[in-house]
Amino acid sequence: MKFKTFSGGLHPPDNKQWSAHKAIEDCPIPPQLVIPLSQHIGLPAEACVKAGDRVKKGQTIGRAKGFVSVPVHASTSGEVISVEPRPHPSGRNLLAVVIVPDGTDEWLDGVEPARCEDLSPDQMRERIRDAGVVGMGGATFPAHVKLSPPAEKPIDTLILNGVECEPYLTADHRLMLEQPQAVFDGIAVMRKILGVSKVFIGIEANKPDAIAMMEKFSGDTGVEVVALAVKFPQGAEKQLIKAITGREVPSGGLPMDVGLVVQNVGTAVAIHNAVMLGRPLIERICTVTGPGVFEPKNLRVRVGTPLKHLVEHCGGLSGDPAKIIMGGPMMGMTQLSLEVPATRGTSGLLLFRESDLSLHPEGPCIRCGRCVRVCPARLLPTTIAAYARLERIDEAESYGAMDCIECGCCTYTCPAAIPLVQLIRSGKAAILARRRKG
Amino acid sequence: MIEAVVSIGGIGMLAAVALGFASKKFAVEVDPRELAVLEVLSGANCGACGYPGCSAYARAVASGEASASLCTPGGTETIEKVAHIMGVEAEMTAPQVAVVFCQGDNRKAKNKYRYLGIADCASAQRLADGPKTCPGGCLGLGTCMRICPFGAIEMTPEGLAVINREKCTGCRKCVQACPRSVIRMEPLDATIHVLCNSHDKGAAVRKYCSVGCVACHICQKTVPEAYRIDNSLAVVNHEYNEEALAAVAKCPTKCICDFAEGYPEGSTFHPPTKAPFRRSA
Repeated sequence: MKFKTFSGGLHPPDNKQWSAHKAIEDCPIPPQLVIPLSQHIGLPAEACVKAGDRVKKGQTIGRAKGFVSVPVHASTSGEVISVEPRPHPSGRNLLAVVIVPDGTDEWLDGVEPARCEDLSPDQMRERIRDAGVVGMGGATFPAHVKLSPPAEKPIDTLILNGVECEPYLTADHRLMLEQPQAVFDGIAVMRKILGVSKVFIGIEANKPDAIAMMEKFSGDTGVEVVALAVKFPQGAEKQLIKAITGREVPSGGLPMDVGLVVQNVGTAVAIHNAVMLGRPLIERICTVTGPGVFEPKNLRVRVGTPLKHLVEHCGGLSGDPAKIIMGGPMMGMTQLSLEVPATRGTSGLLLFRESDLSLHPEGPCIRCGRCVRVCPARLLPTTIAAYARLERIDEAESYGAMDCIECGCCTYTCPAAIPLVQLIRSGKAAILARRRKG
Repeated sequence: MIEAVVSIGGIGMLAAVALGFASKKFAVEVDPRELAVLEVLSGANCGACGYPGCSAYARAVASGEASASLCTPGGTETIEKVAHIMGVEAEMTAPQVAVVFCQGDNRKAKNKYRYLGIADCASAQRLADGPKTCPGGCLGLGTCMRICPFGAIEMTPEGLAVINREKCTGCRKCVQACPRSVIRMEPLDATIHVLCNSHDKGAAVRKYCSVGCVACHICQKTVPEAYRIDNSLAVVNHEYNEEALAAVAKCPTKCICDFAEGYPEGSTFHPPTKAPFRRSA
C-alpha cells in the first residue's frame, strides 16, 4: 500500500521500540519545582507571586504580557521560595518561580467543568488562553493565537498532527492510545471555534494501533484518519499539509494562508482539559529514553520538574551522559545539565553516553547532492550553507535560506559531516539582524 | 588602393573629431584633491574609516563630507598628508591598538559544554551564550583573526586571541566582529591592562578561571591612583601607566599584563622593542 507523503526527507532508525509499548506513568512530584516564566514563543509571562506566597495547584503565577503570550500556573500546591533566574532549556538563566510542594496537591477552588455546547467560541478561546495552552509538539506557540485567524483568511480544514516522526519519541503515540476520547473532545472544541467540518488526523503508518484507535473513536464524527508514510520530517507543519491536502504553504506564509490550522494531538488534549475541565496546562507527556537511561518510560510530568528527577524515576543513568537532548534527536535542543526543568514543550528527554555518539571531523563538500535530495523544503542546503559561511547573506537569502525549516535532514545525511543546519541558521540570524536594522 | 586609404583615414578622422568633442562635452570632473588623497591613503581597503574602500573615502574627503583624520591604519603620517592636501588642520588623536581583555585559554578557563560546531565565535555564542563558562571570556575560535586585514591577530594553540601591537593599525574590525566584546581599543602608549572581561563576583570567577580578576583590591591598595574596581573588575587609569607597574607583580591571579614586557603566555609574539611601546621615562 502506498501512503501519502511529501518529497524529500529520510529514514533515520526510529528506536521507538524501547518505550512504545509502555503505558504512561505518573512521575512523582519532586521536592522542588522550577517553573520558568518563559515556556512559549512570545513575550515571557510576568510573575505575580513572590517568595513566601502559598499557591494552590492551577493558580496563576505568571500573567500573560500581550496577545502572543500565555499565563503560567503552579503545577502543584506549595510555597514559593523564590522568583529568580534559573537554568532554562535555552541554555541561559531565565526568570523562574521556585515552588516547594506541600504534598497535598490541592486544586485551586472555583475550577469548573463546562460543556462544549454552553460556550461561545470567544469564551472557549479565553479559556484556552487562560489555561496557558501552547503547541505541544515542541514549538510551544500559543494555541489561542492559531485559533484566532483573521477574518480575511477563512479556515476550511483542521489537521491534527499525530505523526510523531522524530525518532525515539512515543509520547503522542501513547497519548492517542490512552486518551482517545480527550483527543476527540479537543477536536470538537476546535471545530466549533474555527467553524470547520473537515478534520484530518495524520498518523505515521508505524503506529497501526494508534491509527486503529483513532478510527474506532472517529465513528460518525466525520474525522478522517490518514495513515502517512514513515519518513522524517513527516510531522513538520508544511510537509504534513502537503502530504494530506496537497496544498503548499507559500514562502514566508502560514498554514492559515491556505485555509488550514494544524494542531498537535497533545494540544487537543490540553484544549479539552482547559475548556471542558477548566484545568490549566500544568503537566504533559514526556518520553524519557535513549541508551543513557536504564529503563526508558513515558511519563506524565508536572511542568517545572527538574530533568534529573525524571531520570531517577527511570532507573537512573546507565553511564556518564555525554549528550542530553530535550525533544527529539533531529530537532531537539541539547541541554547543559540535568538541573534544567521540564517545560510545556518537553516532548522527550534523550540521554546518550560517549560511546553512543558518532562524531566525525568536518570534510570538504564532495558535491554528492544528498542534502538536496533529502531537503523537504526543496532548497539547496550546501549552496546556502556555503554562502552563509562566507557571510554573503544576500545570496543566501535569494536561495531561500528563510524557508529552511531546520529539520536537520541535510546535516544527518551529509557524508562530509558539514554542519549545514548550523551554517544556515547563522545565515538566517544574519538576515534577521539586518532586517531588524532596516 | 587610394580609395581604401581615403575611406579608412576619413572614418578615423571623423571618429577622432567625435571622440574629441565627446570628451570635452561629457567630461566628468574629478576633484584633483580626490586623486591626491587616494594616492596617500594606505590602500588596504579595510573599511576602518566607515567607507567601502579607500577610493570611496577619498571621494568623501574631497567633497568635504568626511573628516580628514579617519584613516587610522595609515597612522599620523597619512592623516597629516590628507589634512595637508585638503588644507585643514589635522585632528590628531592618540594612536590606538586593539587589546584582548582575556587570558583564559582552554587550560586556564573552564567550558560548560564541548562545542563541536562551525569554528565561528558568533555561531558559538548563539548556542547557550557560548561554550565558555565565563560570560565575557575569549571563545578562541578565531573570528577576529580571520577578519583582521593586517594579520595582526594570532590564536594560541590553547585557544586565545593575541594581538600584535606592532602590526595592529587600530582599524577596529576585530572590535566589531567579537560577539562578546572581549576586544576593545586602547591608547598605544598605555601598556598596562587588566586582562579580564568578567564582571562576576570574585568567588564565581575563581570557579571557572585561574587568571580572571577576582576584585581582591590588592592592585588598588598598592597604587590607589592607578586602579579602581568597577563592578567587580579592576580598571587601569592610563594617566598613571608608569605607577601602575608596581601592582603587576602583586596581582594574585596574574591578570594584569604589562605589554612592554611581553604578551600573554602562549603567544609567539615577542615583547616589542621600539618606541612607543617602551614607556618614555
